[in-house]
Amino acid sequence: MPEQKISSVLVANRGEIARRIIRTLRRMGVRAIAVYSEADADLPYVREADEAVPIGPAPPARSYLDAGAVVDAARRTGAAAIHPGYGFLAENAGFAAAVIDAGLTWVGPPPAAIELMGDKINARNLMEAAGVPVAAGSREPVADVAAAVAEAERIGYPVMIKAAAGGGGIGMSAAANEAELRAGFETARSRAERFFGSAAILLERCITQARHVEVQILGLNDSRVLALGERDCSVQRRHQKVAEETPSPGVTPELRARMMAAASRAGEAVRYRGAGTVECLVDPASQEFVFLEMNTRIQVEHPITEMVTGIDLVEQQLLIASGGEVSFRPESVGFDGHAVELRVYAEDPVRFLPSPGLITGWEQPSGPGVRVDAGYTAGNVVTPFYDPLLAKLCVHGASRDEALWRARAAVQGFRIRGPKTNLPFHAELLDSDEFTSGQYDTSVVGRLRP
Amino acid sequence: MAEVRAEMVANVWQVVASQGDSVADGDALVILESMKMEIPVLAEAAGTVTKLAVAEGDVVQEGDLIAVIE
Repeated sequence: MPEQKISSVLVANRGEIARRIIRTLRRMGVRAIAVYSEADADLPYVREADEAVPIGPAPPARSYLDAGAVVDAARRTGAAAIHPGYGFLAENAGFAAAVIDAGLTWVGPPPAAIELMGDKINARNLMEAAGVPVAAGSREPVADVAAAVAEAERIGYPVMIKAAAGGGGIGMSAAANEAELRAGFETARSRAERFFGSAAILLERCITQARHVEVQILGLNDSRVLALGERDCSVQRRHQKVAEETPSPGVTPELRARMMAAASRAGEAVRYRGAGTVECLVDPASQEFVFLEMNTRIQVEHPITEMVTGIDLVEQQLLIASGGEVSFRPESVGFDGHAVELRVYAEDPVRFLPSPGLITGWEQPSGPGVRVDAGYTAGNVVTPFYDPLLAKLCVHGASRDEALWRARAAVQGFRIRGPKTNLPFHAELLDSDEFTSGQYDTSVVGRLRP
Repeated sequence: MAEVRAEMVANVWQVVASQGDSVADGDALVILESMKMEIPVLAEAAGTVTKLAVAEGDVVQEGDLIAVIE
């Protein structure tokens, strides 16, 4: 593909990620076009775009998930390309193909790569064939409860019940024995159908006391797939990430090298282009890892990789989508210091239940090593229609100690009035012995909230 | 008589109980959805559901009546 600068990009997303993408587009001199639902008209990203078009009512199915409305908005505004952000249509291979068919540039991997990785069973089989370690699990969809029980006997308890078409931990549950599997199976099926449009289920051996560590990859137009370091995402509630850091305190240089090589192989197996993430579970004791899933899009927590590498990943996505080369030398990527991301959610800090409402006050921290990717500001209303992410508080320091010290100060300096937020939880996390020691796993939040 | 009210703004995803049902303390009456999370609304006392004030697809505000149990 010949290099051709993209002149305008429609961002098919909302909130913090739309705003973050628009920031890079404007810096690159690319016209930024936002789309928004009726609920989001007053959000900062709508104001900061060069042009903004309404695409429907608040429910996502009638706005951000309406592929026809998004492509139509791109046509009407003369957009040359569509950037999907994360969530919504980002991992919808049919949407990616429709964008390309409409004569637009798709800022993402080839639709075939999205499709291969979108089905978690297929992805597991493919990774195993490519020499990437996978946990014991289903090689085909589990049809019913009886099949699930038989499959779990083969795999060994505890097992995870997962939606084959799913991802991001949504609708996932663990079963320690047959009774729990029988109880959880139908719930998992109905959730899978509801959230992902497919009731197909897979079972996977549940690895307890594991760390969730992922590798940022970047597929270049010369077919190389670079691995840009890891992110430790073990701080989770309800299988959803709450805080991330890089480098991982639980990964040795030797394990890191093996994970980087495996992530590159994973990308090469599906001819990956652009930014993606290979998610793994790491057993800290044995220093072994298994493939979990691949996210074929920009990841929520990408800023911490940007902070330690100095690479703007959204810029690289654009450059690769336009058929060009990346802005840095792939042979000499450096990793400088330590970075932490804290997801600031509109939820109570004890039970983590949603807390939508009017934001009456918003003061965010700033200063050396502090970056805030925020989707909202004072006067905005947080509605129940979308995920609870208000902002990502990211800090960088020369060492982990310095990064954590800066994070504590930044949490103190972040004041949001109106909806309840999990900032008090982050303050506790940063003071907890388990987190500060670095020796934590995916159950750390449960131990802080027994 | 016990009134069950919404704790937060949410969409009504599923109405589990029906008017006239006998429910036990802790039974789910409806399941709300907010910010991509399912939140069951539970009966806080045993009794009969004499009123169900919401339907699937409704948007409830904090404090809105969901059900009455007698």
